Amino acid sequence: MEDAVWLSAKLAAVTTAVLLVLATPLAWWLSRRGSWVKEAVAAIAAMPIVLPPTVLGFYLLIALGPHSPLMAPLQVFGVRTLAFTFTGLVVGSVVYSLPFAVQPLRAAFEAIGERPLEVAASLRASPLDALLNVELPLARRGFFTAAILVFAHTVGEFGVVLMIGGAIPKETEVLSIKIYEFVEASQYADAHRLAAGMLAFAFLVVLATLLVGRGLERLRP
Amino acid sequence: MTAPDAPGIEASLRGRLGDFELAVELSAPASGVTALVGPSGCGKTTLLRCLSGVCRLEGRVSFNGQVWQDGRAFVAPHRRPVGYVFQEASLFPHLSVRGNLDFGLRRTRAAPRLSLDEAVDLLDLARLLHRNPAKLSGGERQRVAIARALLVQPELLLLDEPVSSVDAANKAEILGHLERINAQLAVPMIYVSHDPAEVARLAHRVLAMEAGQIVPAAKAGVLTQADALAAVDRLSPDEVKALAAAALQAGLKPGPTAGA
Repeated sequence: MEDAVWLSAKLAAVTTAVLLVLATPLAWWLSRRGSWVKEAVAAIAAMPIVLPPTVLGFYLLIALGPHSPLMAPLQVFGVRTLAFTFTGLVVGSVVYSLPFAVQPLRAAFEAIGERPLEVAASLRASPLDALLNVELPLARRGFFTAAILVFAHTVGEFGVVLMIGGAIPKETEVLSIKIYEFVEASQYADAHRLAAGMLAFAFLVVLATLLVGRGLERLRP
Repeated sequence: MTAPDAPGIEASLRGRLGDFELAVELSAPASGVTALVGPSGCGKTTLLRCLSGVCRLEGRVSFNGQVWQDGRAFVAPHRRPVGYVFQEASLFPHLSVRGNLDFGLRRTRAAPRLSLDEAVDLLDLARLLHRNPAKLSGGERQRVAIARALLVQPELLLLDEPVSSVDAANKAEILGHLERINAQLAVPMIYVSHDPAEVARLAHRVLAMEAGQIVPAAKAGVLTQADALAAVDRLSPDEVKALAAAALQAGLKPGPTAGA
């Protein structure tokens, strides 16, 4: 049972880190004014919200399987498939939680607008300097929201994990799967312990973010 | 029309601007305060943005012989030796007042002429240094913005209606600061305003704009000091007396004229 809790936490942490790195440039690019192409890309990035996890999981299973052309380059390194592996779960979670990172970040960048960048330029900051020292700090609430949503959403995912991960102990058997298995085996006491733990965890995470969010405001100079 | 190495500020710009075409031929000496007046929406701010480089229209801009923009070249805004005070102070909310002042000071490569302490002194900011910009009044914010722009050691200071959203008492104080800056630092300023009182107080010359073009100041109902003096010369002593009496009745007081 502890293994499942630990695995879920690890998966959520890795997914959050990967997504913040990948989603930031995408969200920044989407926040600039542009053509309908941008909206099409934004729509693709938002699709995981609408799709049933089983649809996403099905395609991911094929994409990460041994016959997938996407896997061909990895076979050089002796990797035949990522299905039913922890790495495969990370890939799946990144795709599944992508909108939860992109949308708050895009909104944060859009809310900043052009003015602070113009001010930065008038104060001799190059575009890169302005991005790093003005835009990213001003978007910090967006980063905070994105990190919380991705972490929580990944801990809570079930369908995608079931499709591409199976339930291999210490590898892909995460918390939500474990609860399902306990219930299936009529081990209600164990299911209760995990489910109640999740309730408490969810409450504490949300409370902590609210408190820290307010604290951040007060800590400002 | 303009020689490539002409001294002063030379701009020849054209482009679409909302409902009308902006077509500006600007030529002003790089000294003292040049007021840019005109009704709102006439293109004053766009012209100022084009001079700073944050906005780009077709044409040519040069300053004391340095070409900032022509057919081929376009100097990026962060490489132009200008300071810009925006209509809203636009201080960085994630930095303290001190952090805002330091931002440009740390990045500028121009020779230091004005130190942080001098700027703090000049705009009376000592009490505000460690404050959060969000907690400042409108007038305080604009004073910080002016100091911040001066600290990049600009060769040209652009001010876009810096006191238009400030209450009367603070407005008078800031105009006083600007007069001192103008007297103490040899930084030429272009000052966008629609308030004749501000212009009369600060400006050495006036450029008037209407619907995207620079028009003769007198046509726009604004007299430069030279125009006014020429007009007074044509009046009889009795007419001058009558005018002076009317001015006193209207609440105007004799004071130091803007040193031309």
